[in-house]
Amino acid sequence: MGTYAHPEVLVSTDWVAAHAKDPNVRVVEVDVDTKAYDEGHVPGAIAWAWNTQLCDTVVRDILPKAQFEALMAHSGIGRDTAVILYGDNNNWFAAWAFWQMKIYGHKDVRIMDGGRKKWLAEGRELDTKPVSAAAGSAYQASAPDYSIRALLPQVQQAHKSGGTVLIDVRSPQEFTGEILAPPGLPETCQRGGHIPGAHSVPWGKACNDDGSFKSLEDLQKLYGAEGVNQSTPVIAYCRIGERSSHTWFVLKYLLGVKNVVNYDGSWTEWGNLVGAPVEKGAARSAVQA
Amino acid sequence: MKPQNYTERKLDIDGWQVNLTTFQLGDKWHAKADNVSPGASLARVVADSREDAETRVLARAKELLSRTRRNAV
Repeated sequence: MGTYAHPEVLVSTDWVAAHAKDPNVRVVEVDVDTKAYDEGHVPGAIAWAWNTQLCDTVVRDILPKAQFEALMAHSGIGRDTAVILYGDNNNWFAAWAFWQMKIYGHKDVRIMDGGRKKWLAEGRELDTKPVSAAAGSAYQASAPDYSIRALLPQVQQAHKSGGTVLIDVRSPQEFTGEILAPPGLPETCQRGGHIPGAHSVPWGKACNDDGSFKSLEDLQKLYGAEGVNQSTPVIAYCRIGERSSHTWFVLKYLLGVKNVVNYDGSWTEWGNLVGAPVEKGAARSAVQA
Repeated sequence: MKPQNYTERKLDIDGWQVNLTTFQLGDKWHAKADNVSPGASLARVVADSREDAETRVLARAKELLSRTRRNAV
């Protein structure tokens, strides 16, 4: 089997079991909230909740730099700490945290391959008591690197000019417009469908049944069929930007795509815009696109 | 503590596929229902028995899924 472009950003469950309590390692369970963490977590891991700690809770945006720095300091994370992220749903929200940590320039951040699901299925030790990290000294983040983030104007330009592969990572039913949100979740857009010309590659296709990432060859086949190679400009989007951060991670760090960005405004922005073009129905094939 | 008796099953609830994950931790049973596509967690329940945990989590999932409208495309 081939080697991922950046294998250093992944750690195995075995590695975490052996190193979770190392002094320069901080393991963090990241989910939409901390309910799963509260039920039981990797011993030594702290918790971050997407809905309150990894977003600006007033303005729709990522964490402002000062809040990001406060979160790191409060979590006992310094600039040289190895941060190991994992979570439920095959690491959805762990990927969101990874993306945000890269925006703010944290060097050593990794994802536990397989996430919470694999840890549970392997019958590994769980701790039910919350862990309080000893707050560290002040954390100085880098100036935000927005080269890995797409905002609306960039997506509109890419849509108009072509040459960029737009990858919609939502479910096929969301892509076609049959449903407006994942089954069972609140509808947060006015229109269903997708950005015209987008390719449909649901995020979960990048994972094996045990939650781990598929092999390099399988990933190359999956995304190559949609016209993606290492030099293709790619914009990934979903509904609110967290599933697409998972695909962004796969493309950038496992496949080595150089110019891939996450459009975190995603469908809850585009699908609510007055006058924005929307396409309904199934995806065009790579040949037609 | 180590989780035991970990299982996953795919079920159909009113036309929606649901992934039901159950495991035992100590003397409690944990059940979680996800929508299969895209894989978001719908509900979690902790109970004294597997049956109780699964029954309650599936009831909650059914309630949430009933709110999802299918649109003609």
